[in-house]
Amino acid sequence: ARRSWRQLERRHHQAAMPFCSAVLPDGIDRSSEAFACSSAAVQDLISQLQSNIRQVLGGGGPRAVERNRSRNKLLPRERIDRMIDPGSSFLELSQLAGFDLYEESLPSGGIITGIGPVHGRLCMFVANDPTVKGGTYYPITVKKHLRAQEIAAECKLPCIYLVDSGGANLPRQADVFPDRDNFGRIFYNQAKMSAEGIPQIALVLGSCTAGGAYIPAMADESVIVKGNGTIFLAGPPLVKAATGEEVSAEDLGGASMHCKISGVSDHFATDEIHGLTIGRNIVKNLYMAGRGENSPPSNSSSYEDPLYDEKELTSIAPVDQKQPFDIRSIIARIVDGSEFDEFKKYYGMTLVTGFARIYGQSVGIIGNNGILFTESALKGSHFIELCAQRNIPLIFLQNITGFMVGSKSEASGIAKAGAKMVMAVSCSKVPKITIIVGGSFGAGNYGMCGRAYSPNFLFMWPTAKISVMGGNQAAGVLAQIERSNKKRQGIEWSKEEEDKFKSKVVEGYDREASPYFSTARLWDDGIIHPSDTRKVIGLCLSASIKPHPEDTKYGVFRM
Amino acid sequence: PPASAAAGDDRGIEKILVANRGEIACRVMRTARRLGIGTVAVYSDADSAALHVKSADEAVRIGPPPARASYLNASAIIKAALETGAQAIHPGYGFLSESADFAQLCETEGLIFIGPPASAIRDMGDKSASKRIMGAAGVPLVPGYHGDNQDINFLKLEAEKIGYPILIKPTHGGGGKQGSLYCGIPLGIDERYITHPRHVEVQAVGYYSAGTVEFIMDTISGEFYFMEMNTRLQVEHPVTEMIVGQDLVEWQIRVANGEHLPLVQEQVPLNGHSFEARIYAENVPKGFLPATGMLHHYRPVPVSPTVRVETGVEEGNTVSMHYDPMIAKLVVWGENRHAALGKLKNCLTNFQVAGLPTNIAFLHMLSNHWAFDKGLVETHFIEHFKADFFPDEVPVETDVAAKLSATIVAACICEMDYTTLRKTIPGGNSLLPLWYSQPPFRMHHAAKRMIELEWDKELTGSFPMTLKLVITYQPDGSYFIEIGDSDSPGLEVKIMHARDRDYKVDVNGLQSNVTLAIYSKERSKHIQVWHGKHHYHFRQTVRLEQYNDDGLEHKNDFQASSHPKGSVLAPMAGLVVKVVLENGSFVDEGQPVLVLEAMKMEHVVKSPRAGYVNGLQVAAGQQVFDTTVLFNIKVN
Repeated sequence: ARRSWRQLERRHHQAAMPFCSAVLPDGIDRSSEAFACSSAAVQDLISQLQSNIRQVLGGGGPRAVERNRSRNKLLPRERIDRMIDPGSSFLELSQLAGFDLYEESLPSGGIITGIGPVHGRLCMFVANDPTVKGGTYYPITVKKHLRAQEIAAECKLPCIYLVDSGGANLPRQADVFPDRDNFGRIFYNQAKMSAEGIPQIALVLGSCTAGGAYIPAMADESVIVKGNGTIFLAGPPLVKAATGEEVSAEDLGGASMHCKISGVSDHFATDEIHGLTIGRNIVKNLYMAGRGENSPPSNSSSYEDPLYDEKELTSIAPVDQKQPFDIRSIIARIVDGSEFDEFKKYYGMTLVTGFARIYGQSVGIIGNNGILFTESALKGSHFIELCAQRNIPLIFLQNITGFMVGSKSEASGIAKAGAKMVMAVSCSKVPKITIIVGGSFGAGNYGMCGRAYSPNFLFMWPTAKISVMGGNQAAGVLAQIERSNKKRQGIEWSKEEEDKFKSKVVEGYDREASPYFSTARLWDDGIIHPSDTRKVIGLCLSASIKPHPEDTKYGVFRM
Repeated sequence: PPASAAAGDDRGIEKILVANRGEIACRVMRTARRLGIGTVAVYSDADSAALHVKSADEAVRIGPPPARASYLNASAIIKAALETGAQAIHPGYGFLSESADFAQLCETEGLIFIGPPASAIRDMGDKSASKRIMGAAGVPLVPGYHGDNQDINFLKLEAEKIGYPILIKPTHGGGGKQGSLYCGIPLGIDERYITHPRHVEVQAVGYYSAGTVEFIMDTISGEFYFMEMNTRLQVEHPVTEMIVGQDLVEWQIRVANGEHLPLVQEQVPLNGHSFEARIYAENVPKGFLPATGMLHHYRPVPVSPTVRVETGVEEGNTVSMHYDPMIAKLVVWGENRHAALGKLKNCLTNFQVAGLPTNIAFLHMLSNHWAFDKGLVETHFIEHFKADFFPDEVPVETDVAAKLSATIVAACICEMDYTTLRKTIPGGNSLLPLWYSQPPFRMHHAAKRMIELEWDKELTGSFPMTLKLVITYQPDGSYFIEIGDSDSPGLEVKIMHARDRDYKVDVNGLQSNVTLAIYSKERSKHIQVWHGKHHYHFRQTVRLEQYNDDGLEHKNDFQASSHPKGSVLAPMAGLVVKVVLENGSFVDEGQPVLVLEAMKMEHVVKSPRAGYVNGLQVAAGQQVFDTTVLFNIKVN
């Protein structure tokens, strides 16, 4: 009823002011067969996604969960629920990290990360899941932890570490311990962020052994829970083996010792709930100049919902990359009032650029409507520069098979044009959020702010596919090479053998292009439900907006 | 002769000083105002902002909180009357209402005492004298001896004549809690003890003023006897007023003014039936001990021609230890007993008080009792049906209703948090409100929340039960609420409307009005909820924000269980009036150790077990609080 009222009002406005913002048309033919097929196919993808999510939400399984409860401990998501403002939202990242990545299952990579408000201040949470392999760090666990810190550092969010971990996973130490982006980087990040004035808070809710001991030790403030929380470089068994000393875990590194004698922890909590409460208090007492504290409550700026149902996004999502669709039908379901003021609408039309608002926040939107040509890339570069100049956050809606190939295209200097776009994307200092709704292939991924271009957040739809090129194209290229190799060696290659070779390549590409393959490896921040897109972008924008915009400096554009 | 004649003033009463506090002061002033008479209140330091002070045209401070220094301070009151030019003093009940000396003093100072002359008070206040007078008038008396001869052998002989069991009473006394403390002349009268008595009082207004004649009825034999006469307005006078449709205070004032009574006895109508329930701040399971505390939430029932609420307090007031802890009198009228009782029950259901323990739930239970319904009332009624009123186990239906209440409370808390959080979102980020959307966002799953509520089983005095409520936020903004460790299915709760403490709540399609009172006390957040005929009290331990985490010596020092065995805590806040034993003395179980005065009553603190008194640090005259450890009894 509310929406129809708005629609009526809008029509009235349009009649009165014909030159106000452009309202996008619906853009969906609901009676078409394509629509019905797509809806059904996407629904299958979503069901599969939800079943995968259900699996990981259970943590390390009923027995581990039960054991955790018997120790009077909450599960990591429950801990976060108790720390964020009651009944507020939580933007969880990379729920499917580690999915099908190792022989053993590692739900959510053994660590829960995400953003939520505490006393009205957005914080980054990093919570070990002790029910998953004792909360030990697998390579992907480290990667997820570091990614959370990266976002926090970029968005200047206080970090809250809910520590309950056995430290590095010993059998995999070679992949966890020594490299630049391994375990040690966690503490490096803590030090650097603390130096930058980004609060680092650790709550020791369980064990915190060996390397893990540095998480609270490196924190600005730390809390430890009596009975459950322990911090030590080596636990009682190792101490006995090393020195012969016999000591209980509580005496060796318990709350009382660390708060009274060692000073490794600052706050003593009688139980977990108390500890989480102290954590909330610490955030309440943070003072960060320039983050807008003490300013009057923000009048929740008025904005309008999109005119068209966000739920229909599930029907628009392309399952078959070959079927083109107008990216504007997605934009129409994401932006306030479905209003979108296009920039260079009739130039380089395979890239759609324009201004809109999301929950009242101005954004620049760049969306693919086909292959990138030289003109499209130039248009994209121009638009990115424009937004950087005006400090307008950028939203990339990726559905790109790549830049145009062929002699005409090369002669037009498409490599130069693509490089300009990559330069613009790399250097612009505005918040960037990328949503991969369909294909993400080749240099298109780069120009459209793929993972390597450090968007503040990158999410995928279940329909996403990422690879350097399409499976069939790759198979074709590889088969050609293989055939010439064989020919040189004088080996006959039958049609059957070639087909088998090709289908193997396609199969491999398909598997690796799957959003699950991507998200398990943390090439993104998670797979989202298409209907949640507007909401997720809004939350990400909220976390990314900087009070003091930075100036953008570009490198040399090849003209 | 009318008292005004003595004042030598024929202008009549134009201004009355009310020498009392609380509901009766407010009630007298209300009539005075209706009659166009000015009002003067008096107040102690504890009452400077009390309702009776606000209700008066003028108010005069008469002294510090203790009644002795204020409301019983006759000279200060007389002075206040003279200074403000009041011609008359209405004493209410209690305090100075039955003080012949005060009545005498008024007369001497040329002030009208709205009550009988000093001589009548003296006669009726002396129980022996009053019985002699009544006996002479042919009123039946309980067989007994009411003479002056106090010789023990003589009294023994008299007792044998009367027949055992007998009752020995002081000759002065009565008049509720306020009266009993300040009288007491040690003369005994002996009467036959009636084992199943019922109290019958008759309120009347005569030429000199109001009086109450109290009778005792033997519920076994049906005989009744004169007991005593009180020369004042009775606490229960509204019951008489409801039935006769008259304002007895108006009659008192008119009589004092020298006018004739508006009606003669034959003209007095008697209509229907009326009940009065006195709502007290008291701790029912602890033997009806008076309680103190703040009225964090106070919503009496709306008044109507058939419902009266006599109250002297407002929300935010404190019921202190200095005076009678009565909060209000609820008076209802019905065409017959059945109708009146129905109204009483309904009003008790909707009478909302939170912040301190009250007897409302008990009164409600009492008025619902089958024996009360049948009118089988006698003075041992509560004692007799003790098992019904103080069950060891909470009845199943109560349990079910409590869980429903907890479910509703949980939904209201969620709604409230949502509203308050949205109101207090800090500035600097215009998108921040997004994080407080309803329902809260979660990636691919519904947000859940856990709320633990401790159900305070007020009447049973048993241990509180912890209810773990799991709330799942639904896409339409409603809440699906389950109770942990319970096999009852979850309920779908939607808050239709919320304003301040009032909510309209839809539970599985059934809508009802809900009121919530929330306040903090003793490190806990208290939540009291009223919905339908239910009222429950829950607690949420406040570990949040203000919790003092002096962890290394952390102890819940407010819990008795954290004290060593044998520790005796003060049962309530009060003043130590006497310390009977000293440290090291041997005591038997139940032996008095010290005496505490609180709420105008003395409480003997006894030893919980045999042993030696230890750690006794309090002395007579010292103020203690209801968590103070008074002493410890060591076995060795």
